[in-house]
Amino acid sequence: MKQPLELTGLISNLHTFFRSNLTPFWATVIEGALVLIAVLAAYAIIALALIYIERKITAFFQSRLGPNRLGKYGWIQSVADLIKILIKEIIHINKVDKVLFYAAPFFVIVSSVLTFGIIPFGQGLQAVDFNIGIVYILAVSSIGIIGVLLAGWSSNNKYSMIGAMRSGAQFISYELSAGFALMTVVVLSGTMQVSEIVESQRYAWNVFNGHIPAMIAFVIYLISGHAETNRGPFDLPEAEGELTAGYHTEYSGLQFGFFYLAEYLNMFIIAAIATTVFLGGWMPIQVQGWDGFNQVMWYIPSYVWFFAKTGVLIFFSLWVRWSFPRLRIDLLLNLEWKYLLPINLVNIIVMVVVVLLGWTLEDLFPIFRP
Amino acid sequence: MTTIIFYILALVIAVFSVLAVTSKKVIRSATFLLFVLLATAGLFLMLNYHYLFAVQVTVYAGGIMILFIMAIFLTHKPGDEFSTKMSWKVRSSVLLAVGGLLLTGYIIVKNVTRVYNYVQSGEMKMQEIGTAMMGTEKYQYLLPFEVISLLLLACIIGAILIARKETSAGETDSDSDK
Repeated sequence: MKQPLELTGLISNLHTFFRSNLTPFWATVIEGALVLIAVLAAYAIIALALIYIERKITAFFQSRLGPNRLGKYGWIQSVADLIKILIKEIIHINKVDKVLFYAAPFFVIVSSVLTFGIIPFGQGLQAVDFNIGIVYILAVSSIGIIGVLLAGWSSNNKYSMIGAMRSGAQFISYELSAGFALMTVVVLSGTMQVSEIVESQRYAWNVFNGHIPAMIAFVIYLISGHAETNRGPFDLPEAEGELTAGYHTEYSGLQFGFFYLAEYLNMFIIAAIATTVFLGGWMPIQVQGWDGFNQVMWYIPSYVWFFAKTGVLIFFSLWVRWSFPRLRIDLLLNLEWKYLLPINLVNIIVMVVVVLLGWTLEDLFPIFRP
Repeated sequence: MTTIIFYILALVIAVFSVLAVTSKKVIRSATFLLFVLLATAGLFLMLNYHYLFAVQVTVYAGGIMILFIMAIFLTHKPGDEFSTKMSWKVRSSVLLAVGGLLLTGYIIVKNVTRVYNYVQSGEMKMQEIGTAMMGTEKYQYLLPFEVISLLLLACIIGAILIARKETSAGETDSDSDK
């Protein structure tokens, strides 16, 4: 298959260039630095784009225009907002626990960046690819909640504290469902390595390959992922009517910006992981045997496929956010512990049975086998 | 390269371990302990034990530390500084601790160098861990073994519960202990 617009050639050329001209030590250092810069730049740019997209889509849902003054269709608006938040004063608050107060945003953002690193944006566009991929995602994404708890406590403010406690309870609960939903797919694909999971979905996406249990897992992952990001009908930790702004009430300037960035990026990360694990990641739509069709699909570069699929899920997430009213905290926890978790546990067993009896699409129809 | 990273991680572990003990605020101690645990996870990553790294981060940093922080929130005035008195008991226990540390350190250093030769290097695959847990061959069958240990724990707790003397309505628990 010809892939004229892929970046794999460029990356391997850079790699050989550094390897041939530098000592191994400096080549590793420089490559590491480049990857770090690329990841952080992608992080910031995706966040800016998401903020603009969210404001625009929200506006359309609410029959407004949204940002439309700066640039064509207001696309410079979020850049202007970025500059504004960078030059804003960080207000120092007297009675906070100084160390924890200033450390808390970093926990949130570091956890988010670490999870961001394992997302395969396209062929060869993945910063880390561990053998334990899925477990790594679950591990590093759980650090963020410590930042939220510490932020809420160290602010020395009852609203922040209530927000943080709610966020903690919500995150820990829904983390279970998200983990089990991902484990269902691990059962299906037989590997935890993200690149192998993508590769195994060449002709049949996991959500179709595992049909009923995979679709249930997909829906549960979307719900619990949405809840983990504290958005949409699950935004109780920052319910502005009751808690002013929840755990980040006392933060200002760039520190608030960190929480804000992490929240938007977490929405992207959840959508990206759902894409990778259930919807074939960067794999183009292909049908075995239809070489002409496959060639046309491969002309579209893999990162475009990835962002298109992720974009659909993000739109879905925004759609949910502006369509449903906020849940009450006890209903929220009921939903997780009384419905999602039992369904999930049964679902894993169903998936194991489906895989063992050979009822997956790949087993039933050889045309879907890679 | 690895030596530099190792020294950074070792420094982080050493400094934050000391800070975790000497800090006067409980919640700060918990946070410093978190840094120690994360740096330990970094050491596992350096040794290419990715699974152990992920488990360390999930269980200790993600699970136990959240539990600690939640538990500390429930205590009375978690942010207040508490004072410690240096009695002769503290001094003698410091001496004992240093002595014990030297002894165990000597044993560990002597044995770890021996064990190190047996440990295979390179990334351990998830599949290998899975078969070691669930397989039925030699050096496998770990999960049932662990489950049986849980059963034994349940048996011990059950035995204590049955053997415990019933307290009558008026008595408190401390009375029945006598």
